[in-house]
Amino acid sequence: MACLAAATAGAGDMYVSAALGDASYLNPVLASDSASGTVNDLVFNGLVKYDKDIRLTGDLAESWDVSDGGLVITFHLRKNVRWHDGKPFTAEDVRFTYERLIDPKVKTPYGSDYELVKSFAVVNPYTVRITYRQKFAPALESWGMGILPKHVFSQGDFNEHPANRKPVGTGPYRFKEWKTDEKIVLDANPDYFLGKPKIERCVFRIIPDQAVQFLELRNESIDDMSLTPDQWKAYPEFFRSYNKFRYPAFMYTYLAFNLKNPLFADKRMRKAIAFAIDKKDIIGGVLLGMGKAATGPFPAQSWAYNPDVKDYEYDTTRAKALIEECGWQLNAKDGYFYKDGKRLEFTILTNQGNKMRSLSAEIIQSQLRRAGIKVNIRIVEWSSFIHQFVNKKNFDAIILGWTVGRDPDQYSIWHSGQQDEGQYNFISYNNPAVDRLLEEGRGTFDQAKRTSIYHRLHRIIFDDVPYVFLYYPESLPVIHKRFRGPEIAPLGVGWNFHDWWVPPAEQKYRLAE
Amino acid sequence: MQNYIIRRIIHIIPVLFGITIITFGAMHLAPGKPTDLMTDMNAKVSAEAKNRLAQLYGLDSPWYVQYGRWLMRVARLDFGASFRDGKPAISKIAERLPATLLLNILSIIFILIIAIPIGVISALNHNRFIDRAMTVGVFIGFSVPAFWLALMLMILFGLKLGWLPISGLHSLNAGDLPPLARVFDGAKHLVLPVFISAFTGLAGMSRYSRSSMLDTLHQDYIKLAYAKGLSRRQIVVKHALRNALLPIVTILGLSLPALIGGGFIFETIFAYPGMGRLGYEAIMARDYPVVMAVGTIAALLTLAGNLIADITYALVDPRIRYK
Repeated sequence: MACLAAATAGAGDMYVSAALGDASYLNPVLASDSASGTVNDLVFNGLVKYDKDIRLTGDLAESWDVSDGGLVITFHLRKNVRWHDGKPFTAEDVRFTYERLIDPKVKTPYGSDYELVKSFAVVNPYTVRITYRQKFAPALESWGMGILPKHVFSQGDFNEHPANRKPVGTGPYRFKEWKTDEKIVLDANPDYFLGKPKIERCVFRIIPDQAVQFLELRNESIDDMSLTPDQWKAYPEFFRSYNKFRYPAFMYTYLAFNLKNPLFADKRMRKAIAFAIDKKDIIGGVLLGMGKAATGPFPAQSWAYNPDVKDYEYDTTRAKALIEECGWQLNAKDGYFYKDGKRLEFTILTNQGNKMRSLSAEIIQSQLRRAGIKVNIRIVEWSSFIHQFVNKKNFDAIILGWTVGRDPDQYSIWHSGQQDEGQYNFISYNNPAVDRLLEEGRGTFDQAKRTSIYHRLHRIIFDDVPYVFLYYPESLPVIHKRFRGPEIAPLGVGWNFHDWWVPPAEQKYRLAE
Repeated sequence: MQNYIIRRIIHIIPVLFGITIITFGAMHLAPGKPTDLMTDMNAKVSAEAKNRLAQLYGLDSPWYVQYGRWLMRVARLDFGASFRDGKPAISKIAERLPATLLLNILSIIFILIIAIPIGVISALNHNRFIDRAMTVGVFIGFSVPAFWLALMLMILFGLKLGWLPISGLHSLNAGDLPPLARVFDGAKHLVLPVFISAFTGLAGMSRYSRSSMLDTLHQDYIKLAYAKGLSRRQIVVKHALRNALLPIVTILGLSLPALIGGGFIFETIFAYPGMGRLGYEAIMARDYPVVMAVGTIAALLTLAGNLIADITYALVDPRIRYK
């Protein structure tokens, strides 16, 4: 074994990563936190996955066909895939996973993705056929869910099964050890269907404090870390042993208007505010330049992003002219607009604990002051923010962020039928053209057609200004220099982790065989 | 005495009951539900899915019904499973208890070893320079924010000098080390946490022993001892000290709950897997079963600590008798 490992050049060493919180379930159906997600991604495979250019490609499925105009998806599974305990992987495992996802007794937050499935059939041990009630393009992405081994869960309660802490998967790494609140250890899987990964072991240490994580990084006791903009801009000698990366994250921060508020019912007023906000100032002050001005609901690296949409140029004069068109008059004495003796004034609400959002609010406050608008800021604890203000539509304007999926379907955010309490169109946005495009977008499988649908959607939402899209933040990871292979792609930096390696001379940890 | 103890133990029951009702009520007054972390602002979770999850966790019934259910389970010594990861709340506590006990017992021992001499020396040199200097010293320890001091010492001893690890409880390779080296590795990880928790906790104990010693030194029997012509050393060690330490026994009893309650900030900084983090994270995640289990055990220990303090007080001080 030892000489075999030496023969594969560059195999060996250990990758030490840090997480702020401990994982919850090492079971992709039950877990919803990012710490669990990171580990599950290495231990489990879905039927499909995203490649570096954010296109869906096969994972446990070798290929798939979409038939019946998009109502039927047939997955052809890889043969000769084995679970970490040696048992073969078959279509029955896929069926088992699907049945758990829709089982009302299972504590999963992902059931909604599979509500449109009409029937699930195992055609033969390596083929499954899924029939949908209606055409649903994001369906394909939902089969990226990690597939669970049926034989492991055959006995006992699924929610509290011991395997949720000792997972058995098909992925490149096998579970070795989980010490609560300390670390999770994974070892390379020699039987992985794409070949054994070069890095022998992965350790996720739980270090709940950002500042201490940074000290551990400077001490080279962890190999990667996601930095904040100010950490990223710290002294270069801190990063002598690290490669720094930056790439746009799949998220955006926005200022949303409550369209039920008479003040924001008029599109001209919303446009005026868009003209009165200088995003360059916000990006410079809040992100230290590590981000991009946002123009719409898709991040710039997504194929759904429409590059032809040109942002509102910062222009206070134009903003003021638009406000005057709405019937407000500038009071020369205090510099604010008034109508019927009432000052033009509203409150921006945001959640506690997110410095970037509260700083953005302050910058916007001072910028809108210049345009004659009085802004108040109120910062509320997350839970009451969501339940007493956002869900109850009890706000003028809020600053929040969306983490968006790789698939551009944002039906639940923009569709007019999604306005009930607890749904995500909490601004009461209602545009029939947008509704139609959202429906068309999720019902179309053809990539070129979908692209054009979402480009149009981007344009319309930008023109309607239901949100002022503020910025797309960047992911700012650093990775220890001894690792060869990290490469930035639209998907991010870890997409080819399986191929990373360390030259033998630079290997830091020797693992006892 | 026996009757007294029995009466006190019976009194514990309604108090404990009250504490759990208040904890449970307060927890439910806080906005938000345990399932929120999973579902809030997650555009992929539909409203029906949210309600279904809340139902699965039994969160759809009023709080008193939930409390009733909780009480029935606890009567069978079952504290329920954590909402966050499905593990029994008791085993989550049991997992973290040893690390917390280790740290707290070590730091209490250090506090006693250092604080009592400081108190005694201060009292003997009442209002002289050495008294003032020690007072300033312990108050610096009391006032300095533990997290700041921790970060500074981490930078000094971890990063610059490289003598000590920065955070955690074990090294990554601890499992492969021979037993003796493993103990040494653990000890190295404990140096900074124990030092900081002892240094920041010196003030209370040293001030108590100082004032108690001062009190004793003014007693008639001390004057008598001087009159008898005993040496100062004999007076201090044999007559004054033993009496002055009586109140310390009470304080030790009262610090029983502190033994299992870890400092949350402290444990977060040192990435130390202890009770403080467990409790805090459970509150933030509205993980009701864990919050209740931690709360009940802490309440029980506080009550037991009070009782033990009272009893030992009677045992060591012949002037005190309970009826």
